[in-house]
Amino acid sequence: MQPWQTTEPVQLQQIADRIRTSVILSLTEAGSGHLGGSLGLADLFTTLYFSELNHNPLIPAWPSRDRVVLSIGHVAPVLYATLAHTGYFPVEELLTLRKIGSRLQGHPGRDHGLPGLELSAGSLGQGLSVAVGMALTAKSDGKNHRIYSIHGDGELQEGSIWEAAMAAAHHNLDNLTAIIDRNGLQIDGSTEKVMRLEPLCEKWQSFGWHVVECNGNHIVEILEAFRQTRSVIGKPTLIIAKTLMGKGVRSIENDYRWHGRVPSRDQAAGFISELENRKI
Amino acid sequence: MQNQYVNRGDKPTKAGFGEGLLEAGLKNQSVICLGADITTSVGCNLFAEALPRRFYSLGIAEQNCIGVAAGMALEGKIPVFSTYGVFAALRAADQIRVSVCYNNLHVVIGGAHAGVSVGPDGATHQALEDLAIMRVLPNMTVISPCDATQTRIAIMAAIEQCTGPVYLRFGREAMPDFTSPALDFHIGQAQVLQPGDDIAILATGHMVWEALLAAGMLETEGIHARVINMHTIKPIDKETIIHAARETGAIVTAEEHQVNGGLGSAVAEVVVQHEPVPMAFVGMPDHFGESGEPRQLMEKYGLTARSIAETARRLLEKKR
Repeated sequence: MQPWQTTEPVQLQQIADRIRTSVILSLTEAGSGHLGGSLGLADLFTTLYFSELNHNPLIPAWPSRDRVVLSIGHVAPVLYATLAHTGYFPVEELLTLRKIGSRLQGHPGRDHGLPGLELSAGSLGQGLSVAVGMALTAKSDGKNHRIYSIHGDGELQEGSIWEAAMAAAHHNLDNLTAIIDRNGLQIDGSTEKVMRLEPLCEKWQSFGWHVVECNGNHIVEILEAFRQTRSVIGKPTLIIAKTLMGKGVRSIENDYRWHGRVPSRDQAAGFISELENRKI
Repeated sequence: MQNQYVNRGDKPTKAGFGEGLLEAGLKNQSVICLGADITTSVGCNLFAEALPRRFYSLGIAEQNCIGVAAGMALEGKIPVFSTYGVFAALRAADQIRVSVCYNNLHVVIGGAHAGVSVGPDGATHQALEDLAIMRVLPNMTVISPCDATQTRIAIMAAIEQCTGPVYLRFGREAMPDFTSPALDFHIGQAQVLQPGDDIAILATGHMVWEALLAAGMLETEGIHARVINMHTIKPIDKETIIHAARETGAIVTAEEHQVNGGLGSAVAEVVVQHEPVPMAFVGMPDHFGESGEPRQLMEKYGLTARSIAETARRLLEKKR
Protein backbone atom coordinates (compact mmCIF):
# COMPACT_ATOMS: atom_id res chain seq x y z
CA MET A 1 0.00 0.00 0.00
CA GLN A 2 1.28 3.46 -0.94
CA PRO A 3 1.51 6.19 1.74
CA TRP A 4 -1.43 8.11 0.23
CA GLN A 5 -3.63 5.03 0.22
CA THR A 6 -6.03 4.14 3.02
CA THR A 7 -8.57 1.58 4.12
CA GLU A 8 -10.28 4.07 6.42
CA PRO A 9 -13.91 4.37 5.19
CA VAL A 10 -14.48 7.92 6.41
CA GLN A 11 -11.34 9.14 4.65
CA LEU A 12 -12.32 7.30 1.48
CA GLN A 13 -15.79 8.84 1.60
CA GLN A 14 -14.31 12.32 1.88
CA ILE A 15 -12.06 11.66 -1.10
CA ALA A 16 -15.04 10.31 -3.07
CA ASP A 17 -16.96 13.52 -2.48
CA ARG A 18 -13.96 15.62 -3.55
CA ILE A 19 -13.88 13.53 -6.74
CA ARG A 20 -17.63 14.17 -7.19
CA THR A 21 -16.99 17.90 -6.92
CA SER A 22 -14.26 17.66 -9.56
CA VAL A 23 -16.59 15.67 -11.83
CA ILE A 24 -19.28 18.37 -11.54
CA LEU A 25 -16.78 21.19 -12.15
CA SER A 26 -15.17 19.54 -15.18
CA LEU A 27 -18.49 18.62 -16.80
CA THR A 28 -19.95 22.07 -16.18
CA GLU A 29 -16.90 23.65 -17.77
CA ALA A 30 -17.09 21.18 -20.69
CA GLY A 31 -20.76 21.95 -21.29
CA SER A 32 -21.54 18.36 -22.30
CA GLY A 33 -20.91 14.83 -21.04
CA HIS A 34 -22.26 12.19 -18.69
CA LEU A 35 -22.87 13.27 -15.11
CA GLY A 36 -25.16 10.61 -13.63
CA GLY A 37 -22.97 7.55 -14.09
CA SER A 38 -19.82 9.46 -13.16
CA LEU A 39 -21.28 10.51 -9.78
CA GLY A 40 -22.71 7.04 -9.11
CA LEU A 41 -19.27 5.45 -9.62
CA ALA A 42 -17.28 7.89 -7.46
CA ASP A 43 -17.25 5.61 -4.38
CA LEU A 44 -16.13 2.63 -6.43
CA PHE A 45 -13.35 4.49 -8.25
CA THR A 46 -12.14 6.00 -4.99
CA THR A 47 -12.00 2.66 -3.21
CA LEU A 48 -10.31 1.09 -6.22
CA TYR A 49 -7.57 3.69 -6.70
CA PHE A 50 -7.07 4.81 -3.09
CA SER A 51 -7.24 1.40 -1.44
CA GLU A 52 -7.42 -1.69 -3.62
CA LEU A 53 -5.05 -1.14 -6.52
CA ASN A 54 -1.35 -1.79 -6.50
CA HIS A 55 -0.15 1.17 -8.57
CA ASN A 56 2.12 4.18 -8.50
CA PRO A 57 1.09 7.48 -10.13
CA LEU A 58 4.76 8.51 -10.28
CA ILE A 59 5.49 5.51 -12.53
CA PRO A 60 2.31 5.11 -14.62
CA ALA A 61 3.79 2.35 -16.80
CA TRP A 62 5.21 0.33 -13.86
CA PRO A 63 5.05 -3.24 -15.25
CA SER A 64 3.75 -4.78 -12.01
CA ARG A 65 0.85 -2.35 -11.60
CA ASP A 66 -2.71 -3.62 -11.47
CA ARG A 67 -4.57 -2.74 -14.68
CA VAL A 68 -7.89 -0.91 -14.87
CA VAL A 69 -9.84 -1.20 -18.11
CA LEU A 70 -12.71 1.27 -18.35
CA SER A 71 -15.09 -0.30 -20.85
CA ILE A 72 -17.78 2.39 -20.49
CA GLY A 73 -15.80 5.30 -21.88
CA HIS A 74 -18.66 7.73 -21.30
CA VAL A 75 -17.94 7.87 -17.55
CA ALA A 76 -14.45 9.17 -18.37
CA PRO A 77 -15.01 12.20 -16.06
CA VAL A 78 -14.89 10.02 -12.93
CA LEU A 79 -11.82 8.16 -14.20
CA TYR A 80 -10.07 11.46 -14.99
CA ALA A 81 -11.01 13.02 -11.63
CA THR A 82 -9.78 9.92 -9.78
CA LEU A 83 -6.49 9.82 -11.73
CA ALA A 84 -5.93 13.51 -11.05
CA HIS A 85 -6.69 13.22 -7.32
CA THR A 86 -4.40 10.18 -7.09
CA GLY A 87 -1.59 12.24 -8.59
CA TYR A 88 -1.30 11.14 -12.22
CA PHE A 89 -1.72 14.72 -13.47
CA PRO A 90 -2.71 18.14 -12.05
CA VAL A 91 -6.29 18.51 -10.82
CA GLU A 92 -6.57 21.83 -12.72
CA GLU A 93 -6.26 19.91 -15.99
CA LEU A 94 -9.74 18.47 -15.33
CA LEU A 95 -11.14 21.77 -16.59
CA THR A 96 -9.86 20.98 -20.11
CA LEU A 97 -12.27 18.04 -20.43
CA ARG A 98 -13.71 17.68 -23.96
CA LYS A 99 -11.89 20.77 -25.24
CA ILE A 100 -9.75 20.79 -28.38
CA GLY A 101 -6.16 19.77 -27.77
CA SER A 102 -6.98 18.29 -24.35
CA ARG A 103 -5.57 15.01 -23.04
CA LEU A 104 -9.03 14.49 -21.53
CA GLN A 105 -11.05 13.31 -24.52
CA GLY A 106 -14.84 12.93 -24.32
CA HIS A 107 -14.27 9.20 -24.38
CA PRO A 108 -10.74 8.10 -23.35
CA GLY A 109 -8.09 8.20 -26.10
CA ARG A 110 -4.57 6.97 -25.42
CA ASP A 111 -3.22 8.81 -28.45
CA HIS A 112 -3.48 12.03 -26.42
CA GLY A 113 -0.96 10.75 -23.88
CA LEU A 114 -2.88 10.88 -20.59
CA PRO A 115 -0.83 9.17 -17.82
CA GLY A 116 -2.64 6.31 -16.08
CA LEU A 117 -5.02 5.61 -18.95
CA GLU A 118 -4.81 1.93 -20.01
CA LEU A 119 -7.20 1.83 -22.96
CA SER A 120 -8.93 4.01 -25.54
CA ALA A 121 -12.56 2.99 -25.33
CA GLY A 122 -16.06 4.22 -25.88
CA SER A 123 -17.83 1.72 -28.09
CA LEU A 124 -19.67 -0.46 -25.59
CA GLY A 125 -18.99 -4.14 -25.06
CA GLN A 126 -15.28 -4.19 -25.92
CA GLY A 127 -13.41 -3.70 -22.65
CA LEU A 128 -14.02 -7.13 -21.15
CA SER A 129 -12.33 -8.81 -24.12
CA VAL A 130 -9.31 -6.54 -23.74
CA ALA A 131 -9.19 -7.34 -20.01
CA VAL A 132 -9.30 -11.05 -20.87
CA GLY A 133 -6.31 -10.56 -23.19
CA MET A 134 -4.41 -8.79 -20.41
CA ALA A 135 -5.31 -11.45 -17.84
CA LEU A 136 -4.32 -14.32 -20.16
CA THR A 137 -0.98 -12.64 -20.76
CA ALA A 138 -0.33 -12.06 -17.05
CA LYS A 139 -1.08 -15.75 -16.38
CA SER A 140 1.07 -17.06 -19.20
CA ASP A 141 3.97 -14.85 -18.11
CA GLY A 142 3.62 -15.80 -14.42
CA LYS A 143 2.86 -12.21 -13.35
CA ASN A 144 0.88 -11.49 -10.19
CA HIS A 145 -0.81 -8.21 -11.04
CA ARG A 146 -4.62 -8.14 -11.27
CA ILE A 147 -6.89 -6.85 -14.02
CA TYR A 148 -10.04 -4.85 -13.17
CA SER A 149 -12.59 -3.96 -15.83
CA ILE A 150 -15.50 -1.59 -15.32
CA HIS A 151 -18.81 -1.97 -17.11
CA GLY A 152 -22.27 -0.51 -17.24
CA ASP A 153 -25.36 -2.64 -16.78
CA GLY A 154 -26.89 -1.48 -20.08
CA GLU A 155 -23.59 -2.47 -21.70
CA LEU A 156 -24.34 -6.11 -20.86
CA GLN A 157 -26.87 -6.06 -23.69
CA GLU A 158 -23.92 -6.18 -26.11
CA GLY A 159 -23.33 -9.77 -27.27
CA SER A 160 -19.54 -9.43 -27.24
CA ILE A 161 -19.66 -9.13 -23.42
CA TRP A 162 -20.93 -12.69 -23.24
CA GLU A 163 -18.29 -13.95 -25.67
CA ALA A 164 -15.69 -12.49 -23.33
CA ALA A 165 -17.49 -13.85 -20.23
CA MET A 166 -17.27 -17.36 -21.70
CA ALA A 167 -13.60 -16.95 -22.57
CA ALA A 168 -12.63 -15.65 -19.10
CA ALA A 169 -14.22 -18.64 -17.36
CA HIS A 170 -12.93 -21.14 -19.94
CA HIS A 171 -9.38 -19.96 -19.29
CA ASN A 172 -9.86 -19.86 -15.47
CA LEU A 173 -8.86 -16.20 -15.17
CA ASP A 174 -8.88 -15.73 -11.40
CA ASN A 175 -6.68 -12.65 -11.87
CA LEU A 176 -9.62 -10.82 -13.46
CA THR A 177 -12.32 -8.85 -11.63
CA ALA A 178 -15.11 -7.30 -13.67
CA ILE A 179 -17.28 -4.67 -12.01
CA ILE A 180 -20.83 -3.91 -13.14
CA ASP A 181 -22.25 -0.49 -12.36
CA ARG A 182 -25.75 -1.79 -11.62
CA ASN A 183 -27.72 1.45 -11.47
CA GLY A 184 -30.62 -0.04 -13.41
CA LEU A 185 -30.79 2.86 -15.84
CA GLN A 186 -29.81 3.48 -19.43
CA ILE A 187 -30.55 6.27 -21.89
CA ASP A 188 -34.07 5.14 -22.79
CA GLY A 189 -35.02 4.39 -19.16
CA SER A 190 -34.97 1.33 -16.88
CA THR A 191 -32.69 -1.48 -18.05
CA GLU A 192 -35.46 -3.97 -17.29
CA LYS A 193 -37.83 -2.12 -19.64
CA VAL A 194 -35.31 -1.51 -22.43
CA MET A 195 -33.92 -5.07 -22.40
CA ARG A 196 -34.27 -7.26 -19.33
CA LEU A 197 -30.96 -8.22 -17.65
CA GLU A 198 -32.24 -10.17 -14.61
CA PRO A 199 -31.54 -12.67 -13.26
CA LEU A 200 -28.09 -11.14 -13.62
CA CYS A 201 -26.27 -12.93 -10.81
CA GLU A 202 -27.42 -16.36 -12.02
CA LYS A 203 -26.48 -15.56 -15.61
CA TRP A 204 -22.87 -14.88 -14.67
CA GLN A 205 -22.72 -17.81 -12.26
CA SER A 206 -23.94 -20.12 -15.00
CA PHE A 207 -21.16 -18.75 -17.24
CA GLY A 208 -18.66 -19.93 -14.60
CA TRP A 209 -17.97 -16.71 -12.70
CA HIS A 210 -17.77 -16.11 -8.96
CA VAL A 211 -20.30 -13.34 -8.29
CA VAL A 212 -20.23 -10.86 -5.42
CA GLU A 213 -23.04 -8.37 -4.91
CA CYS A 214 -22.55 -5.17 -2.97
CA ASN A 215 -23.87 -1.68 -2.44
CA GLY A 216 -21.61 0.27 -4.79
CA ASN A 217 -22.18 3.47 -2.87
CA HIS A 218 -21.10 2.00 0.47
CA ILE A 219 -17.34 2.10 1.02
CA VAL A 220 -17.26 -0.72 3.60
CA GLU A 221 -19.22 -3.05 1.33
CA ILE A 222 -16.98 -2.21 -1.64
CA LEU A 223 -13.84 -2.90 0.43
CA GLU A 224 -15.31 -6.26 1.48
CA ALA A 225 -16.22 -7.16 -2.12
CA PHE A 226 -12.65 -6.46 -3.27
CA ARG A 227 -11.27 -8.47 -0.37
CA GLN A 228 -13.35 -11.47 -1.46
CA THR A 229 -12.26 -11.29 -5.12
CA ARG A 230 -8.62 -11.72 -4.16
CA SER A 231 -9.27 -15.11 -2.55
CA VAL A 232 -11.18 -16.70 -5.44
CA ILE A 233 -9.20 -19.43 -7.18
CA GLY A 234 -9.75 -20.84 -10.68
CA LYS A 235 -12.48 -18.51 -11.88
CA PRO A 236 -12.99 -14.83 -12.68
CA THR A 237 -14.98 -12.65 -10.30
CA LEU A 238 -17.85 -10.34 -11.07
CA ILE A 239 -18.80 -7.59 -8.66
CA ILE A 240 -22.38 -6.42 -9.16
CA ALA A 241 -22.17 -2.99 -7.57
CA LYS A 242 -25.63 -1.58 -6.97
CA THR A 243 -25.33 2.17 -7.34
CA LEU A 244 -27.55 5.19 -7.64
CA MET A 245 -27.06 7.18 -10.82
CA GLY A 246 -26.22 10.72 -9.69
CA LYS A 247 -25.36 9.60 -6.12
CA GLY A 248 -24.50 12.48 -3.79
CA VAL A 249 -26.83 15.06 -5.32
CA ARG A 250 -30.34 14.33 -4.05
CA SER A 251 -32.27 16.18 -6.76
CA ILE A 252 -30.75 14.16 -9.60
CA GLU A 253 -30.35 10.75 -7.95
CA ASN A 254 -31.85 7.83 -9.86
CA ASP A 255 -33.06 10.10 -12.69
CA TYR A 256 -32.08 8.60 -16.08
CA ARG A 257 -32.39 12.04 -17.73
CA TRP A 258 -29.07 12.88 -16.05
CA HIS A 259 -27.26 10.07 -17.88
CA GLY A 260 -25.98 12.41 -20.57
CA ARG A 261 -26.67 15.86 -19.19
CA VAL A 262 -24.61 18.54 -17.44
CA PRO A 263 -25.72 21.22 -14.96
CA SER A 264 -25.78 24.97 -15.52
CA ARG A 265 -23.23 26.96 -13.51
CA ASP A 266 -25.87 27.86 -10.92
CA GLN A 267 -27.03 24.26 -10.61
CA ALA A 268 -23.43 23.12 -10.30
CA ALA A 269 -22.79 25.53 -7.42
CA GLY A 270 -25.86 24.13 -5.62
CA PHE A 271 -24.76 20.51 -6.23
CA ILE A 272 -21.28 21.22 -4.84
CA SER A 273 -22.55 22.99 -1.74
CA GLU A 274 -24.86 20.01 -1.11
CA LEU A 275 -21.86 17.66 -1.33
CA GLU A 276 -19.80 19.85 1.01
CA ASN A 277 -22.56 19.84 3.63
CA ARG A 278 -23.26 16.11 3.32
CA LYS A 279 -23.10 14.20 6.60
CA ILE A 280 -20.84 11.17 6.36
CA MET B 1 8.48 -11.59 -75.01
CA GLN B 2 7.20 -14.51 -72.98
CA ASN B 3 6.26 -14.33 -69.32
CA GLN B 4 9.54 -14.76 -67.45
CA TYR B 5 7.75 -16.10 -64.36
CA VAL B 6 7.26 -19.84 -64.00
CA ASN B 7 4.60 -21.51 -61.92
CA ARG B 8 6.48 -23.92 -59.66
CA GLY B 9 3.20 -25.63 -58.90
CA ASP B 10 -0.16 -24.58 -57.52
CA LYS B 11 -0.24 -23.87 -53.79
CA PRO B 12 -2.76 -22.01 -51.62
CA THR B 13 -1.55 -18.69 -50.21
CA LYS B 14 -3.02 -19.99 -46.93
CA ALA B 15 -0.15 -22.51 -46.80
CA GLY B 16 2.39 -19.70 -47.07
CA PHE B 17 0.64 -17.89 -44.24
CA GLY B 18 0.82 -20.97 -42.00
CA GLU B 19 4.51 -21.58 -42.75
CA GLY B 20 5.50 -17.95 -42.20
CA LEU B 21 3.50 -17.73 -38.98
CA LEU B 22 5.24 -20.79 -37.57
CA GLU B 23 8.65 -19.51 -38.62
CA ALA B 24 8.04 -16.12 -37.02
CA GLY B 25 6.69 -17.83 -33.89
CA LEU B 26 9.76 -20.02 -33.56
CA LYS B 27 11.99 -16.95 -33.81
CA ASN B 28 10.06 -14.65 -31.50
CA GLN B 29 8.62 -15.76 -28.15
CA SER B 30 6.20 -12.82 -28.14
CA VAL B 31 4.16 -14.15 -31.05
CA ILE B 32 0.79 -15.51 -29.90
CA CYS B 33 -1.85 -17.16 -32.08
CA LEU B 34 -5.58 -16.94 -31.38
CA GLY B 35 -8.00 -19.50 -32.78
CA ALA B 36 -11.70 -19.11 -33.60
CA ASP B 37 -12.45 -22.79 -34.26
CA ILE B 38 -11.37 -22.90 -37.93
CA THR B 39 -7.68 -23.19 -37.05
CA THR B 40 -6.69 -25.57 -39.84
CA SER B 41 -8.68 -23.93 -42.59
CA VAL B 42 -7.06 -20.55 -41.90
CA GLY B 43 -3.52 -21.88 -41.79
CA CYS B 44 -2.86 -21.72 -38.04
CA ASN B 45 -2.61 -25.46 -37.34
CA LEU B 46 1.18 -25.61 -37.83
CA PHE B 47 1.67 -22.98 -35.13
CA ALA B 48 -0.95 -24.53 -32.81
CA GLU B 49 0.69 -27.96 -33.02
CA ALA B 50 4.29 -26.78 -32.67
CA LEU B 51 3.72 -24.06 -30.05
CA PRO B 52 0.61 -25.11 -28.10
CA ARG B 53 1.44 -22.93 -25.09
CA ARG B 54 1.25 -19.85 -27.26
CA PHE B 55 -1.97 -20.85 -28.99
CA TYR B 56 -5.29 -19.86 -27.38
CA SER B 57 -8.60 -21.35 -28.41
CA LEU B 58 -11.33 -18.73 -28.06
CA GLY B 59 -14.23 -20.30 -29.93
CA ILE B 60 -16.45 -18.89 -32.64
CA ALA B 61 -16.38 -15.37 -31.25
CA GLU B 62 -14.51 -13.03 -33.58
CA GLN B 63 -15.35 -9.82 -31.72
CA ASN B 64 -13.93 -11.24 -28.50
CA CYS B 65 -10.86 -12.56 -30.34
CA ILE B 66 -10.01 -9.08 -31.60
CA GLY B 67 -10.46 -7.58 -28.12
CA VAL B 68 -8.32 -10.29 -26.52
CA ALA B 69 -5.66 -9.62 -29.16
CA ALA B 70 -5.77 -5.92 -28.26
CA GLY B 71 -5.28 -6.74 -24.57
CA MET B 72 -2.31 -8.96 -25.37
CA ALA B 73 -0.76 -6.33 -27.64
CA LEU B 74 -1.09 -3.75 -24.82
CA GLU B 75 0.98 -6.17 -22.72
CA GLY B 76 3.73 -6.38 -25.34
CA LYS B 77 2.76 -9.55 -27.17
CA ILE B 78 2.35 -9.83 -30.94
CA PRO B 79 -1.02 -11.55 -31.34
CA VAL B 80 -1.99 -13.05 -34.69
CA PHE B 81 -5.67 -13.74 -35.19
CA SER B 82 -6.74 -15.43 -38.38
CA THR B 83 -10.23 -16.24 -39.59
CA TYR B 84 -12.21 -15.91 -42.81
CA GLY B 85 -11.86 -12.38 -44.16
CA VAL B 86 -15.63 -11.88 -44.17
CA PHE B 87 -15.79 -12.44 -40.41
CA ALA B 88 -12.53 -10.71 -39.50
CA ALA B 89 -13.13 -7.52 -41.44
CA LEU B 90 -16.88 -7.23 -41.12
CA ARG B 91 -18.18 -8.93 -37.98
CA ALA B 92 -15.40 -7.56 -35.81
CA ALA B 93 -15.03 -4.24 -37.66
CA ASP B 94 -15.94 -2.05 -34.67
CA GLN B 95 -13.54 -3.93 -32.38
CA ILE B 96 -10.82 -3.53 -35.01
CA ARG B 97 -11.59 0.18 -35.31
CA VAL B 98 -11.66 1.08 -31.62
CA SER B 99 -9.78 -1.56 -29.61
CA VAL B 100 -7.03 -2.15 -32.19
CA CYS B 101 -6.70 0.84 -34.56
CA TYR B 102 -7.63 3.70 -32.21
CA ASN B 103 -5.25 2.23 -29.63
CA ASN B 104 -2.74 1.74 -32.50
CA LEU B 105 -1.77 -1.77 -31.41
CA HIS B 106 0.40 -4.30 -33.21
CA VAL B 107 -2.29 -6.89 -33.83
CA VAL B 108 -1.93 -8.99 -36.99
CA ILE B 109 -5.26 -10.02 -38.50
CA GLY B 110 -5.28 -12.78 -41.11
CA GLY B 111 -8.16 -12.59 -43.58
CA ALA B 112 -8.56 -16.00 -45.16
CA HIS B 113 -10.86 -17.14 -47.99
CA ALA B 114 -10.27 -14.07 -50.15
CA GLY B 115 -12.42 -13.68 -53.22
CA VAL B 116 -14.70 -15.90 -55.29
CA SER B 117 -11.93 -18.50 -55.67
CA VAL B 118 -13.21 -19.83 -52.32
CA GLY B 119 -15.61 -21.67 -54.64
CA PRO B 120 -18.49 -23.95 -53.60
CA ASP B 121 -19.06 -22.40 -50.14
CA GLY B 122 -20.69 -19.50 -51.92
CA ALA B 123 -21.27 -15.81 -51.30
CA THR B 124 -21.37 -15.75 -47.48
CA HIS B 125 -17.81 -17.06 -47.23
CA GLN B 126 -16.16 -15.19 -50.10
CA ALA B 127 -14.40 -12.06 -48.83
CA LEU B 128 -14.97 -9.35 -51.42
CA GLU B 129 -15.30 -6.22 -49.28
CA ASP B 130 -12.51 -6.66 -46.73
CA LEU B 131 -9.84 -4.56 -48.42
CA ALA B 132 -12.21 -1.60 -48.74
CA ILE B 133 -13.22 -1.73 -45.09
CA MET B 134 -9.77 -2.32 -43.65
CA ARG B 135 -8.04 0.35 -45.71
CA VAL B 136 -10.20 3.23 -44.46
CA LEU B 137 -9.16 2.63 -40.84
CA PRO B 138 -6.46 5.00 -39.56
CA ASN B 139 -3.19 3.33 -38.48
CA MET B 140 -4.04 0.12 -40.39
CA THR B 141 -1.64 -1.55 -42.84
CA VAL B 142 -3.31 -3.72 -45.49
CA ILE B 143 -1.34 -6.45 -47.29
CA SER B 144 -2.53 -8.70 -50.09
CA PRO B 145 0.33 -10.90 -51.33
CA CYS B 146 0.25 -12.57 -54.74
CA ASP B 147 1.26 -16.19 -54.08
CA ALA B 148 2.17 -18.67 -51.35
CA THR B 149 5.88 -17.78 -51.36
CA GLN B 150 5.11 -14.09 -50.96
CA THR B 151 2.46 -14.73 -48.30
CA ARG B 152 5.06 -16.54 -46.19
CA ILE B 153 7.41 -13.55 -46.49
CA ALA B 154 4.57 -11.07 -45.92
CA ILE B 155 3.29 -12.58 -42.65
CA MET B 156 6.84 -12.64 -41.31
CA ALA B 157 7.30 -8.99 -42.27
CA ALA B 158 3.94 -8.09 -40.70
CA ILE B 159 5.09 -9.68 -37.43
CA GLU B 160 8.71 -8.56 -37.45
CA GLN B 161 8.63 -5.12 -39.07
CA CYS B 162 5.26 -3.53 -38.33
CA THR B 163 4.44 -1.76 -35.08
CA GLY B 164 0.74 -1.03 -35.64
CA PRO B 165 -2.33 -2.97 -36.81
CA VAL B 166 -2.02 -5.16 -39.92
CA TYR B 167 -4.65 -6.88 -42.05
CA LEU B 168 -3.17 -9.59 -44.26
CA ARG B 169 -5.39 -11.20 -46.88
CA PHE B 170 -4.93 -14.65 -48.41
CA GLY B 171 -6.85 -17.30 -50.32
CA ARG B 172 -7.98 -20.87 -50.01
CA GLU B 173 -7.59 -22.35 -53.50
CA ALA B 174 -4.26 -23.66 -54.79
CA MET B 175 -2.96 -21.00 -57.18
CA PRO B 176 0.29 -20.56 -59.14
CA ASP B 177 3.32 -20.10 -56.90
CA PHE B 178 5.72 -18.10 -59.03
CA THR B 179 7.64 -15.42 -57.16
CA SER B 180 11.20 -16.08 -56.09
CA PRO B 181 11.84 -16.17 -52.34
CA ALA B 182 14.73 -13.82 -53.16
CA LEU B 183 12.42 -11.17 -54.66
CA ASP B 184 12.80 -8.00 -52.58
CA PHE B 185 9.71 -7.52 -50.41
CA HIS B 186 9.08 -4.32 -48.51
CA ILE B 187 5.67 -3.44 -47.07
CA GLY B 188 4.41 -0.38 -48.92
CA GLN B 189 6.68 -0.85 -51.97
CA ALA B 190 4.96 -2.21 -55.06
CA GLN B 191 6.92 -4.59 -57.28
CA VAL B 192 7.29 -3.96 -60.99
CA LEU B 193 7.29 -7.56 -62.19
CA GLN B 194 7.49 -6.77 -65.87
CA PRO B 195 8.56 -3.59 -67.66
CA GLY B 196 6.47 -1.94 -70.40
CA ASP B 197 5.42 1.55 -71.45
CA ASP B 198 2.14 1.16 -73.37
CA ILE B 199 -0.14 0.46 -70.45
CA ALA B 200 0.21 -0.51 -66.79
CA ILE B 201 -1.64 -3.38 -65.12
CA LEU B 202 -1.71 -2.99 -61.34
CA ALA B 203 -2.93 -6.17 -59.69
CA THR B 204 -3.16 -7.68 -56.23
CA GLY B 205 -3.51 -11.19 -54.75
CA HIS B 206 -4.42 -14.00 -57.12
CA MET B 207 -4.93 -11.52 -59.96
CA VAL B 208 -1.19 -10.81 -60.24
CA TRP B 209 -0.57 -14.11 -62.03
CA GLU B 210 -3.54 -13.38 -64.32
CA ALA B 211 -2.05 -9.95 -65.01
CA LEU B 212 1.25 -11.54 -66.06
CA LEU B 213 -0.62 -13.89 -68.40
CA ALA B 214 -2.60 -10.95 -69.79
CA ALA B 215 0.64 -9.06 -70.44
CA GLY B 216 1.90 -12.08 -72.37
CA MET B 217 -1.24 -12.04 -74.56
CA LEU B 218 -0.88 -8.31 -75.20
CA GLU B 219 2.80 -8.74 -76.02
CA THR B 220 1.91 -10.97 -78.99
CA GLU B 221 -0.09 -8.02 -80.33
CA GLY B 222 2.84 -5.66 -79.89
CA ILE B 223 1.46 -4.04 -76.74
CA HIS B 224 4.07 -3.72 -73.99
CA ALA B 225 2.27 -3.83 -70.65
CA ARG B 226 3.94 -3.01 -67.37
CA VAL B 227 2.83 -5.41 -64.63
CA ILE B 228 2.94 -4.21 -61.05
CA ASN B 229 2.26 -6.34 -57.98
CA MET B 230 0.37 -4.16 -55.49
CA HIS B 231 0.96 -6.43 -52.51
CA THR B 232 0.36 -3.54 -50.12
CA ILE B 233 -2.98 -1.77 -50.42
CA LYS B 234 -2.19 0.57 -47.55
CA PRO B 235 0.08 2.48 -47.35
CA ILE B 236 -0.28 2.60 -51.12
CA ASP B 237 2.93 3.07 -53.12
CA LYS B 238 2.18 6.49 -54.63
CA GLU B 239 5.51 6.88 -56.34
CA THR B 240 5.27 3.67 -58.35
CA ILE B 241 1.67 4.50 -59.35
CA ILE B 242 2.57 8.05 -60.45
CA HIS B 243 5.52 6.75 -62.50
CA ALA B 244 3.29 4.15 -64.14
CA ALA B 245 0.65 6.76 -64.98
CA ARG B 246 3.20 9.21 -66.34
CA GLU B 247 5.19 6.68 -68.37
CA THR B 248 2.35 4.53 -69.75
CA GLY B 249 -0.63 6.92 -69.83
CA ALA B 250 -3.21 4.22 -69.03
CA ILE B 251 -3.85 2.07 -65.96
CA VAL B 252 -5.85 -1.12 -65.48
CA THR B 253 -6.31 -2.47 -61.96
CA ALA B 254 -7.21 -6.09 -61.20
CA GLU B 255 -8.38 -7.57 -57.91
CA GLU B 256 -10.50 -10.42 -56.58
CA HIS B 257 -12.60 -7.89 -54.64
CA GLN B 258 -15.46 -5.49 -55.29
CA VAL B 259 -14.46 -2.83 -57.82
CA ASN B 260 -15.71 -0.28 -55.30
CA GLY B 261 -13.34 0.69 -52.55
CA GLY B 262 -10.49 -1.78 -53.02
CA LEU B 263 -7.21 -1.65 -54.95
CA GLY B 264 -8.79 0.11 -57.95
CA SER B 265 -10.16 2.90 -55.79
CA ALA B 266 -6.90 3.22 -53.86
CA VAL B 267 -4.95 3.57 -57.13
CA ALA B 268 -7.52 5.98 -58.60
CA GLU B 269 -7.22 8.22 -55.54
CA VAL B 270 -3.52 8.63 -56.33
CA VAL B 271 -3.94 8.93 -60.10
CA VAL B 272 -6.62 11.64 -60.09
CA GLN B 273 -4.65 13.76 -57.64
CA HIS B 274 -1.19 13.44 -59.14
CA GLU B 275 -1.23 12.24 -62.76
CA PRO B 276 -4.72 11.86 -64.24
CA VAL B 277 -4.80 9.22 -67.00
CA PRO B 278 -7.59 6.93 -68.27
CA MET B 279 -8.24 4.00 -65.94
CA ALA B 280 -10.26 0.78 -66.03
CA PHE B 281 -11.11 -1.64 -63.24
CA VAL B 282 -11.23 -5.42 -63.23
CA GLY B 283 -12.98 -6.85 -60.16
CA MET B 284 -16.37 -7.95 -58.83
CA PRO B 285 -18.93 -5.58 -60.37
CA ASP B 286 -20.82 -4.62 -57.17
CA HIS B 287 -22.22 -8.12 -56.92
CA PHE B 288 -22.18 -11.05 -54.46
CA GLY B 289 -20.40 -14.26 -55.40
CA GLU B 290 -22.04 -17.69 -55.60
CA SER B 291 -21.26 -21.42 -55.53
CA GLY B 292 -19.21 -23.04 -58.24
CA GLU B 293 -15.71 -24.28 -58.96
CA PRO B 294 -13.10 -21.55 -58.41
CA ARG B 295 -12.11 -21.40 -62.08
CA GLN B 296 -15.73 -21.29 -63.24
CA LEU B 297 -16.41 -18.36 -60.91
CA MET B 298 -13.28 -16.48 -61.97
CA GLU B 299 -14.42 -16.89 -65.59
CA LYS B 300 -18.03 -15.90 -64.88
CA TYR B 301 -17.06 -12.67 -63.13
CA GLY B 302 -14.28 -11.72 -65.52
CA LEU B 303 -11.41 -12.29 -63.09
CA THR B 304 -9.10 -13.78 -65.71
CA ALA B 305 -6.11 -12.90 -67.87
CA ARG B 306 -8.38 -12.75 -70.91
CA SER B 307 -10.66 -10.24 -69.22
CA ILE B 308 -7.70 -8.09 -68.15
CA ALA B 309 -6.30 -8.14 -71.69
CA GLU B 310 -9.69 -7.14 -73.17
CA THR B 311 -10.04 -4.34 -70.67
CA ALA B 312 -6.54 -3.15 -71.53
CA ARG B 313 -7.28 -3.10 -75.28
CA ARG B 314 -10.46 -1.07 -74.73
CA LEU B 315 -8.59 1.35 -72.49
CA LEU B 316 -5.87 1.81 -75.09
CA GLU B 317 -8.57 3.05 -77.51
CA LYS B 318 -9.35 5.84 -75.02
CA LYS B 319 -5.69 6.64 -74.59
CA ARG B 320 -5.39 7.26 -78.33
